Amino acid sequence: MKVEEHQERRLEIAGWPVHLTSYRIGETFHCTADNVSPGANLARTTGATREEAENKAIERATERLKQTRRHAV
Amino acid sequence: MADYAHPEALVSTEWVAQHASDPNVRIVEVDVDTAEYSKGHVPGAIGWNWTSQLCDTVRRDILSKPHFEKLMAESGISNDTTVILYGDNNNWFAAWALWQMKMYGHKDVRLMNGGRKKWLAEGRDVSTDAPSVTHASYTASGPDNALRAFLDQVQAAVQGGRTSLVDVRSPAEFTGEILAPPGLPETCQRGGHIPGARSVPWGKACNDDGTFKSYDDLKALYGVEGVDGSKPVIAYCRIGERSSHTWFVLRYLLGFDHVRNYDGSWTEWGNLVGAPVERGAAPAAAKA
Repeated sequence: MKVEEHQERRLEIAGWPVHLTSYRIGETFHCTADNVSPGANLARTTGATREEAENKAIERATERLKQTRRHAV
Repeated sequence: MADYAHPEALVSTEWVAQHASDPNVRIVEVDVDTAEYSKGHVPGAIGWNWTSQLCDTVRRDILSKPHFEKLMAESGISNDTTVILYGDNNNWFAAWALWQMKMYGHKDVRLMNGGRKKWLAEGRDVSTDAPSVTHASYTASGPDNALRAFLDQVQAAVQGGRTSLVDVRSPAEFTGEILAPPGLPETCQRGGHIPGARSVPWGKACNDDGTFKSYDDLKALYGVEGVDGSKPVIAYCRIGERSSHTWFVLRYLLGFDHVRNYDGSWTEWGNLVGAPVERGAAPAAAKA
């Protein structure tokens, strides 16, 4: 199998920059959401379409990022 | 443009594609997300799970020598096997695995430059089949603790000032604004950084495609923070995997002789009773 239709883009979720990567392997689209600065993974999802996989990843990333507390420095 | 100090520590995705079936080469995927391997990996690659196979699962520690030898043997790796490591997040845990393999004396272990990210972006073949592996015989040396920093050594570095401390976390973690990468559980009681540490986020060592920046760019990146190899370096992050990435850069790409990875990192320091903590941005680096 080959990796096909690979795409990357950046967006902001809950005030944090997020890197979204999506691609297709066989019939399944995979999506990964990472926060940009530390590079840590927030969500990895699959779907029958890119839109479905991305929407799931954005929803899951939003849930996690909303819980991040900012402390006064 | 100068070449890396140890260019042999890296291979390209193309090199891996050409050597995937070489019997003297073992390709290993190590991901942050341990489910990634099963979704599709470099054909012929085996997968290691960092949460269960690359650490002591009872006490907090790296693999013991017997467990390391067992993992190598079960992975079909002998002492003279060329091991190629790669993974997601620009090789975070691939670097963690490489660091442990070097601690136990494996001679020929390299990273696939760009990691899983670059392999996927190039539209290369992937497989969901786990290859059959013939057990090998393996005898480890070490551990070489010159590659690792323990708490007392970090405390001495803070007191003595003769060692460069490099914090590779994000700027917001460094200042104390957040206690963990956004979206991840807070695993420390206090935010900030180890006094005297310089902030050089690990990702600054990478290009957008996941490959490492050039020797000249890396030299400038660390040099501006006063990290130039003239004195020992200790790198740390939160749990030691991002800092093993930086440890690799400093040791093998820039060729610094004395670099340690503090795998206790902020989850140790940020939970210590009475440990000194600095908050906010670091002052401008002093000129060497």
